Amino acid sequence: MSSALRAIIEPGFFASSPVQLALEVATAVALVASVIGVFTVIRGQAFAGHSLADLNATGGAAAFLVGVGALWGFIAISISAAGAMQAVGIERRRGRDLATGIVLGAGLGLAALLLYLVSTTSHDSGATNLVLFGSMFAFSSSTIVPVVALGLVALAIVAVVYRPLLLSSVSPELAAARGVPIRLVGTLYLLALAAAVALSCLAIGAILSTALLIGPPAAALRLTRRPWLAIAAACAIALTSCWVGVLLAYDSYYWDWPPHQDGWPVSFFIVTLVFLAYLAARTRSPRSRR
Amino acid sequence: MFSGFMVNAWLVASIAAVVAGLIGFFVVLRGAAFVAHAVPNGSFAGAAGAGLLGINVLLGLGAFSLLGALGIGVLGRRDRLDVATALTLVAMLGLGALFVSFTAESASPAYSLLFGEVLGVANNQLLPTALLALAAIGALAVLYRPLLLSTVLAEVGAARGIPSARIDLCFLACVALATTLSVPVVGTTLIFSLMIGAPAAARSLAKRPASALALSVAIALATVWLSIALAYDMNLPVGFFVGVLSAVAYALGRGWAAWRRRGPASAAAG
Repeated sequence: MSSALRAIIEPGFFASSPVQLALEVATAVALVASVIGVFTVIRGQAFAGHSLADLNATGGAAAFLVGVGALWGFIAISISAAGAMQAVGIERRRGRDLATGIVLGAGLGLAALLLYLVSTTSHDSGATNLVLFGSMFAFSSSTIVPVVALGLVALAIVAVVYRPLLLSSVSPELAAARGVPIRLVGTLYLLALAAAVALSCLAIGAILSTALLIGPPAAALRLTRRPWLAIAAACAIALTSCWVGVLLAYDSYYWDWPPHQDGWPVSFFIVTLVFLAYLAARTRSPRSRR
Repeated sequence: MFSGFMVNAWLVASIAAVVAGLIGFFVVLRGAAFVAHAVPNGSFAGAAGAGLLGINVLLGLGAFSLLGALGIGVLGRRDRLDVATALTLVAMLGLGALFVSFTAESASPAYSLLFGEVLGVANNQLLPTALLALAAIGALAVLYRPLLLSTVLAEVGAARGIPSARIDLCFLACVALATTLSVPVVGTTLIFSLMIGAPAAARSLAKRPASALALSVAIALATVWLSIALAYDMNLPVGFFVGVLSAVAYALGRGWAAWRRRGPASAAAG
């Protein structure tokens, strides 16, 4: 029994403090991303969620240049990008993708400049990669307080506007008829999204941020249409993917392939698990949601 | 500015701008900005995989951008398009992260893939780029009428017997083709900016499709030429100028359209 267990969980998994920290942060991020993500998917703002994550490269590089913590760069760029998207017109269903795309294109142009300046001033070629991909096993325990605080801010915003947000997400026309201030609710929600994305980029990088924000909620919404059930299912899928992903990444340090022993990236495992969960959920409900 | 290696940069960037201006017109018309971002960005995995296997980067880029386009097309049929796009993108990027971690050398090509190496175009890159560009333009010429019809008036297109699902896939394949040819030289970010900014500006300036298409190519060319000149002059990355100038072009286009709607007289008065 114990040898079989050892084959699945390599020795030292539960004793390793980087793993402990990775599990804790992954849990916090997965929960926040799932709750926010259910609304992101219903509102059809997956592109905005992903763009905010990509733009964090700009914020990270700017913070690096100014010499403040990456978190402040992430927060500043997320909020200003969300504001810019709102200004260019993210509410209109037709022009939405274009508005997001223009902001993303300009922001990435800025990232090109800032990352170039970082590379000329610091000779640290790893900065590009770190900002883009993040590293779950490499952050310090001091980041856990701001991570949790940001997550709580995002959840609090959603909790306060939960009912009007849900109504205006499912049916903007009905919400408008009932007198819900759609623009205000949309702006507040975009702020919550920006906070959640800043948090997950800090903790797990831009790729994983989008994967956790969209994957588990999309899978959950294929399984059930009731919002609370969908949120719970999304959390369950996200947590399972994160925990199993961290475990596999830890195990991979002991695998024989590839020859140089660096282990496989944890983001690969989590993204793949999330994607598989989504594919599995798709097979369950054949009805069209378009 | 026009000698030696710079000639290649001008040529290849102009080719990429023409293709991006043409395909971007349909990207903007179809509201497919996310797809135009996801296919080039996801093809990063192909470049990383090609580096790992030691094969030509173009092969890796082509394979993965086609794979991404197919994934988006197939997954998007029975779910929201933005969800399908996002998940296809992250699945490809996850693979990219894996390939990068398997590649032994620590210096990764991430920056040049994202933001391009316009000023480092080799002679042997010219021919494949030009051929792929011709293929993309040819495919678009064949698709032009059915694509326009099924984009603008989906119902009429369906009534005329245009298979919209197949047209969707053909369009996605065109985006993949444009990606393959332009990512090695101008980077994923740049091609995305060109596919969005210039056509969006053109659309608010011209109403008829043909003139909007021509204007879109003209604005894309102007953006790229101005960007290279500025980048050469100030010794800063080209990607920065293309990204910002594309957004400026869009803002000017929208401003011009708003000014015309209000009428010159009232604008001058108020």
